[in-house]
Amino acid sequence: MSAVILQFALGYAQIAVILALCLACWRVLKGPRAQDRVLGVDAMYVNAMLLFLTVGMVNGNIFFFEASMVIAILGFVTTACAAKFLMRGEVIE
Amino acid sequence: MSRYLPHPLLSLSLVVMWLLLTRFSLGHLLLGSVIAIGAGWVVERVQPPKPRLRRWHLIPRLFFIVAYDILRSNIAVAKVVLLGPDNPRYHSGFIRLDLKLRDPNALAVLAIIVTSTPGTAWIEYNREEDWLLLHVLDVFSEDDWQALIHDRYEALLMEIFE
Amino acid sequence: MNHLNDLPPWMAILIATFLIIGSTLALLGSVGLVRLRSYYQRLHAPTLSYSYGTLMTILSSILMFSYLETRPVVHELVIGVFVMITAPITLLMLGRAALRRDQDAKLAHEEAVPARETLRASPAGKLIRDVKRSGHPEPSPDQPGP
Repeated sequence: MSAVILQFALGYAQIAVILALCLACWRVLKGPRAQDRVLGVDAMYVNAMLLFLTVGMVNGNIFFFEASMVIAILGFVTTACAAKFLMRGEVIE
Repeated sequence: MSRYLPHPLLSLSLVVMWLLLTRFSLGHLLLGSVIAIGAGWVVERVQPPKPRLRRWHLIPRLFFIVAYDILRSNIAVAKVVLLGPDNPRYHSGFIRLDLKLRDPNALAVLAIIVTSTPGTAWIEYNREEDWLLLHVLDVFSEDDWQALIHDRYEALLMEIFE
Repeated sequence: MNHLNDLPPWMAILIATFLIIGSTLALLGSVGLVRLRSYYQRLHAPTLSYSYGTLMTILSSILMFSYLETRPVVHELVIGVFVMITAPITLLMLGRAALRRDQDAKLAHEEAVPARETLRASPAGKLIRDVKRSGHPEPSPDQPGP
């Protein structure tokens, strides 16, 4: 009983988050400007983090959490550097 | 006390994070405490503006106000996304606000609150002239944004920090 | 999928509700990223997945693993706090970078943003109507309608 409910919910969550990833990816490819692409990359990182949390719940494995933690940190650093680059034209001044 | 533990809040949250990431044991508690105190000394050398919390008991109230507002504006932004941006009921635009808040830590908290609420985005802040530029997704959902930001967050933050 | 059967039905329904709300919010955030018109409008869309989308997914994960391991497993809260603090920083930096780029006359600005002089003169708390005309052929949604 509970396995049926949870399998439905986990399947729906995975499909929704993957769809969200694809839509963010479309925004990255389409642009139209550099800041739109950076925003899309940021959204992709967060959705990938959510996807890893969901996959960890599907497998019942607690260590997917570490992967999503690393993705969250990388996403922050990437977007912060890209935003700095957009503002100044260089990262290291 | 303040000499050996210059940033008690930072050290405490580091210990808590260390214990959350590992399993709780006495060894990890000791190791985490040593690292947290060391990090406190390092941060002391950087000399950031120290947060001075005046009224602790107001923090839970601020937390619940913000959680409720984020929930409400999540629903509002979801509605805008579903109905489409071309719906004539919605109108986005820039709004300039005057701020009385000066404390850098309180400003950081206000920036986090405003930005993590969907529907309002903190775009620019001018420290010399004390104004703040917001971009709001649905401008006419509130009558007076200045009064909203001031009464709901700014007054409370000024009581907590200043 | 053996571990899913260990949960009682009420717990499964609770976890499933949180999970469905969280992933729907994440999906809506990305739909907004595609659907909204100007860059500054799109800046609001991912906040849906940053705020309650992440929170709900983390809550369901905490509930599930806490029940399965019969001890409080709350280390997902670290991700929640981390996203709570860092997401506003990145969005703030992106918004400011876009505004500076749009205000700069050397770059071809396509979005209508208030010029620096307009910002100083405009009344506080009111919609800024006098935005710089953009060279973009499409009418910008930031412009007030007729």
